[in-house]
Amino acid sequence: MYLRDTIAAISTPVGEGGIGIVRISGPASLPIARDIFQAKSSGGLKSHRFSYGSVLDPASGALLDEAMLVFMKAPNSYTREDVVEIQCHGGALVVSRILSLVVSAGARLAAPGEFTKRAFLNGRIDLVQAEAVMDVISSRTDAALCLAQHQREGLLSRRIAVVKDGILYALAYVEALIDFPEEDIDVAVDTDVLGRVSPAVAELDALIDGFDAGKVLRDGVSVMIAGKPNVGKSSLLNTLLKENRAIVTAVPGTTRDLIEEVVNINGLPVKLLDTAGIRDSDDLVEKEGVRLSLARIPVADLVLFVVDASTAFTVEDEAILQAIGGKCLIVVLNKSDLPRAIELPVGLTAQTVAISAFDGSGIPELRDAIAAAFMHGAAIDGREYVAVSRARHRDALLKARESLRSFVANLSAGVNMELLPIDLRDALNAVGEVTGETTVDDVLDRIFSSFCIGK
Amino acid sequence: MIVYDKKYDVIVVGAGHAGCEAALAAARIGCSTLLLTINLDAIALMSCNPAIGGLAKGHLVKEIDALGGEMGRNIDATGIQFRLLNTKKGPAVRASRAQADKQLYRLRMKNVMERQDRLDLKQGEVTNLHLEEGHAAGVDTRGGVRFLGKTVVLTTGTFMRGLIHIGLVNYPGGRAGDLPSIGLSERLMDYGFDVGRLKTGTPARLDARTIDFSRLEPQYGDERPIPFSFDNDRIEQPQVPCHVAYTNPKGHDIIRSGLDRSPLYAGIIEGIGPRYCPSIEDKVVRFPEKDRHQTFLEPEGRETVEVYPSGLSTSLPIDIQWAFYRSIEGLERVEIMRPAYAIEYDYVNPIQLHASLETKLLGNLYHAGQINGTSGYEEAAAQGLMAGINAALRVQGKEPLLLGRGDAYIGVMIDDLVTLGTREPYRMFTSRAEYRLLLREDNADLRLREQGHAVGLVPEETYARFVAKKELIETELERLGKERVTPSAAGEELLTEWGLLGMQNAISYVQLLRRPDFTCQELARVYPRIMELPETVREQLEIQIKYQGYIGRQLEQVARAVKLEGAKIPVEMDYLAIPGLSTEVREKLARFRPDTLGQASRIPGVTPAGITILSIALKARGGK
Repeated sequence: MYLRDTIAAISTPVGEGGIGIVRISGPASLPIARDIFQAKSSGGLKSHRFSYGSVLDPASGALLDEAMLVFMKAPNSYTREDVVEIQCHGGALVVSRILSLVVSAGARLAAPGEFTKRAFLNGRIDLVQAEAVMDVISSRTDAALCLAQHQREGLLSRRIAVVKDGILYALAYVEALIDFPEEDIDVAVDTDVLGRVSPAVAELDALIDGFDAGKVLRDGVSVMIAGKPNVGKSSLLNTLLKENRAIVTAVPGTTRDLIEEVVNINGLPVKLLDTAGIRDSDDLVEKEGVRLSLARIPVADLVLFVVDASTAFTVEDEAILQAIGGKCLIVVLNKSDLPRAIELPVGLTAQTVAISAFDGSGIPELRDAIAAAFMHGAAIDGREYVAVSRARHRDALLKARESLRSFVANLSAGVNMELLPIDLRDALNAVGEVTGETTVDDVLDRIFSSFCIGK
Repeated sequence: MIVYDKKYDVIVVGAGHAGCEAALAAARIGCSTLLLTINLDAIALMSCNPAIGGLAKGHLVKEIDALGGEMGRNIDATGIQFRLLNTKKGPAVRASRAQADKQLYRLRMKNVMERQDRLDLKQGEVTNLHLEEGHAAGVDTRGGVRFLGKTVVLTTGTFMRGLIHIGLVNYPGGRAGDLPSIGLSERLMDYGFDVGRLKTGTPARLDARTIDFSRLEPQYGDERPIPFSFDNDRIEQPQVPCHVAYTNPKGHDIIRSGLDRSPLYAGIIEGIGPRYCPSIEDKVVRFPEKDRHQTFLEPEGRETVEVYPSGLSTSLPIDIQWAFYRSIEGLERVEIMRPAYAIEYDYVNPIQLHASLETKLLGNLYHAGQINGTSGYEEAAAQGLMAGINAALRVQGKEPLLLGRGDAYIGVMIDDLVTLGTREPYRMFTSRAEYRLLLREDNADLRLREQGHAVGLVPEETYARFVAKKELIETELERLGKERVTPSAAGEELLTEWGLLGMQNAISYVQLLRRPDFTCQELARVYPRIMELPETVREQLEIQIKYQGYIGRQLEQVARAVKLEGAKIPVEMDYLAIPGLSTEVREKLARFRPDTLGQASRIPGVTPAGITILSIALKARGGK
């Protein structure tokens, strides 16, 4: 629903930075600015020119702050509406007082992301760009920021354009065979049709694989630290956090609650879940903690199974391993500073990393292993990396790939040719959903540029 | 100006394939109708290839026939070779094509028109429209006569400011041998119409007595020719073959040697030609790697030696034409009877039309055929039929007949034209139809007979036959769903043959027919009476059962789209007053002025966000 009202918000992070910006967008932006802002120089507010002046409460005449104001006349603004930005001194109190002044002068508080939504609705940016901007706003780590910016610049759109191109050509070939039976059209199914579809499928594979990494970058992943009591789970957590959050003692079962902390591991936001030591206990409180830990295993993306390398692999360790089941896991051999006594079960093929939470050895290797588990071995380099970071995109791309696979299957099964374009058009539409653009059907253009047709 | 004292309901200008259908439809519906043409001897003349049908075009002919038009019956009566194309690619893309005896085709159509009640045929060149209160109310001719009519249908073909090119020689003409129409397009411009220029071309006509057919490969018609019209059961007349010949590198060199005198490459021709129907010089220039191009030598009739070499249209000078045609194997001694030429003509941007084909600028004025930027006899006839029907419905004070993209190729074509416009001559292709599996030749009557009957074009007797066929299909479909064959009744031998050995339960006839290669013929082994049904009914049963899944899916898509199609946009909609529309979308909408939200959604550059905003604006408007 699009409303033609005027919205306002603080567009800088609260309490950060030297200046604060209040942004207003909508038809009443300029009247509101005139109401509350008095420029030092005469001549009025010109578009895309900074004015220096004072923000005054029109009711009392009280001075709130000295500020810079810039007016951007529609459509040459981010939202393609009239936009006013007031840059003031950054104190949280001052900025929010100016905002309430703007609101009492007739603006409405903007909903989260509403400026971007307007930019999208007004055709300023496409859907992929809009969603990427949303990601910029909420991204928490550098790598994620880099990824989000790449999407905004249309890198994803460009890769999708390559997929679309392949499908369009395949479609043009099939349609040419259907519509021009009397022309001597020279189309080889292997090279001309499959030769276009196969690379498109491969590209979709790559984009879909990238999705997992993309999702990781936006939402963060959860890594659970599991192990029997007193193997050093909390010490490991603290080492990864580089500060003491969880209570660490040598008494088994000290950590009774689940502890959640978000850390940055090689640019990846990771939610670490420390658990109460898992063992069969008579202590009711500890029992509850154990139950909670076991219950959380299925929701974790990765389990760090911590064992004490200086003692033997016990029945308790075995039980925990059973509880982890088929989860993605890394075996952490803690206490590597002590003589090694452990022998892992023969069937356990998971990656192992030896660390010492006591002296910090092995921790960089563990960080790498965690990052690698999510990135398929590829280091997160946002500059080189385009990932699909929205469930909507992933679904659309999966749909496209499914349609293309069905096309290939139908082609080899020799179904009636008239049915082949259906899957190709479905794939084309699915791919079009990602960019939010209507797919312009230029199949005929490709037919006429590829084949000599006409009588 | 002398005013003719008879006042007509419908005046049709032009007697090509569009004009004939328009005039016949209007008169048959009950309107007093006048057809005006520059040359009464050229009624329904095939100015280019002597053939009807082909992919998507055959579909159009069947739709015209189902609605009560004449084209299907005319080609059935005068065809000299019938072929069904794409027989192995599926029922939806199967298409009928026929070679016509060009002279017989035109004479039969003229005869049908002359016998039609309420239809006057007159020779005259229309130079202006007569308007009353901003509406079309008649036409003026060069002879100084004003004919009054409640509605006017313009079907000007290639005649408006027609300019014929042969090499660097050019002269005004509506077609080789005919005068152009001068003045009318200027008047249309005065009224605010966006008039543009298109180009098309035709090959030379060759003398069969100078062609060595023994060195060419013959191409025969189908052994069992299938008629176009649902009214006809069979084609009786004998068929004649076409012949296939090929150009060669020597001929291509000749073409290249004449390019400096090509009006196209010399920049003399300003009109845009069709990409799907390029001249031979275009093919040689654009596809230099191809060392031969195919041509079908099509006889223009049984009683003539004139031959039409398809695919070899050109506007090169006559000396190049002589040398080029003679460079083809089998044509070494060929004599040209009529030279190839290109023709430029005026058309009116079809986005200035409503889906009824009435112009948005002048009420009661309808455009059909090449004036709307199309090419092809079938495309023209289909529009002529719709324009004639809608002009007649206007006279009767009724709502227009509008066909949607899910109803007919006619609907697809008209929607494409009025929502997107066209910059090159528009030809129908099956790939333009997103609901292709629904729009088949075989079910054109099932799709459109009702509408044809409702407007008064399908005679009662024909309609009764159709209803009987339709009911037969429905009852038989029900029976096939209910009746089953048990494993014991089928017997081990049959089950083995059908790959069903070990089947435990009874299987319905529908389930059997759903199997890919299972035909009614096969089903007759357990249900012999199915072979007593007419062949067209059996065909429907097979297609409808086998394609049920796909058909159902497309029907759902049509149903979803109907919502947008039904959302009408008022004619006076002020796009500037709608907040939130981007400048580009606003300009597009203001220029195209779509009739419905569905049309708006298909205009390139109109974003989904724009459609959302527009639909909100429409709702807000409705609320006021």
